[in-house]
Amino acid sequence: MLNIGKIEEGFVLDHIQAGKSMQIYRHLGLDKLDSTVAIIKNAKSKAMGKKDILKVECDINSLDLDVLAFVDHNITVNVIKDGEIIEKRSLVLPKQITGVIKCHNPRCISSIEQELPQIFYLADEEREIYRCKYCDEKYSEGDANNL
Amino acid sequence: MEKLRHMMNPLDFSVEELENLFDLAGDIERDLPGFSHKCDGKILATCFYEPSTRTRLSFETAMIRLGGQVIGFADANSSSAAKGESVADTIRVISCFADICAMRHPKEGAPMVAASKSTIPVINAGDGGHQHPTQTLTDLLTIRSLYGSLKNFTIGLCGDLKFGRTVHSLINALSRYEGIRFIFISPKELKVPDYITEMLRQKNIPYEEVIKLEEVMPQLDFLYMTRVQKERFFNEEDYIRLRNFYILDKEKMALAKEKMFILHPLPRVNEISVEIDDDPRAAYFKQVQYGMYVRMALILTLLGIK
Repeated sequence: MLNIGKIEEGFVLDHIQAGKSMQIYRHLGLDKLDSTVAIIKNAKSKAMGKKDILKVECDINSLDLDVLAFVDHNITVNVIKDGEIIEKRSLVLPKQITGVIKCHNPRCISSIEQELPQIFYLADEEREIYRCKYCDEKYSEGDANNL
Repeated sequence: MEKLRHMMNPLDFSVEELENLFDLAGDIERDLPGFSHKCDGKILATCFYEPSTRTRLSFETAMIRLGGQVIGFADANSSSAAKGESVADTIRVISCFADICAMRHPKEGAPMVAASKSTIPVINAGDGGHQHPTQTLTDLLTIRSLYGSLKNFTIGLCGDLKFGRTVHSLINALSRYEGIRFIFISPKELKVPDYITEMLRQKNIPYEEVIKLEEVMPQLDFLYMTRVQKERFFNEEDYIRLRNFYILDKEKMALAKEKMFILHPLPRVNEISVEIDDDPRAAYFKQVQYGMYVRMALILTLLGIK
């Protein structure tokens, strides 16, 4: 069993669906941080079988929780101070996300208009459906690439 | 100063706001000359990035009949778009010239981008396969004028219900009114999309899906016809087998109620036989007239002119 040490200040993202940690790493812009980041893939989990975990030594306020909730709102966010969990934050699906995913409808104005932000809105909370603000095309994880 | 309003989607207006709009359109119908100077000194810009003679002429006539003037272009090649100008820049420029703009664009969401940068009201005059709100407003006004209200009737929608944006938009708009029953008449290849029937189920709105028009004709108060295009079928055999189900002729009309009305967004190709045109139930040319009244009412409403 691989052991990764505790962090003193920062946050731990637990219960990430196995295989999604790199996607979250990119979405949160962790590659641009000058902080210690541990990516744990396929860790054993009683509830999930296997899961990914991200440990980051930086201020929680630099984290865009909306983006995280959009990727997977079942993730547990543990805020760490002096090596202890001081807060658990729950994630809520954001009403709107900007600049995270791209509309793949070739007939959408966002395919040609210069510097137009890619905006999606939460069309159906129950079924977690997001649609492009401009053309209402449904976002589908399978056919869309990340920005 | 009143908040700048646009018309991107028929649902942008509440049911009450639509009632006011249709009341105004009714006033215009009854007293056209009385409105002939309401827009004196005002300019409508028709920015049409793709050709659409009917819609553009309807908007232009609406403004001229209100006493206003019209500027614009009828296809993208005669605009700065051919030089690569963005929609955002075009509308900023148009905002300096005109008081209101009607925009048609092949890209979905283009009028919304324009509205977000505009200092004048923008009307979506059709954006790709997405929205065409003034067609829906036309359909609603036609139904309301012919039937007396937008409640308690059975409407059959016939033909290509899968790709027809006017049909989807009309169903969404009618779903806000009470007592409406939908009958969808189409080949299985061109059925109304699942998200529409899901929405109707969620709202407990009754609907039925059938293949043959004759089966349901006697039940209808309105029949909304659309064209079944050959290229929508997987093979020619199916097209030939099914096309006659969706051509309205005298024989099928004999099954209809005396007070049923036929609507069509036009252009018609062969889905309504010309032998029907003189039938008092054929309302599709009257519908064009209502299109102009509703555009006049919309221009006045968005400009805040009483």
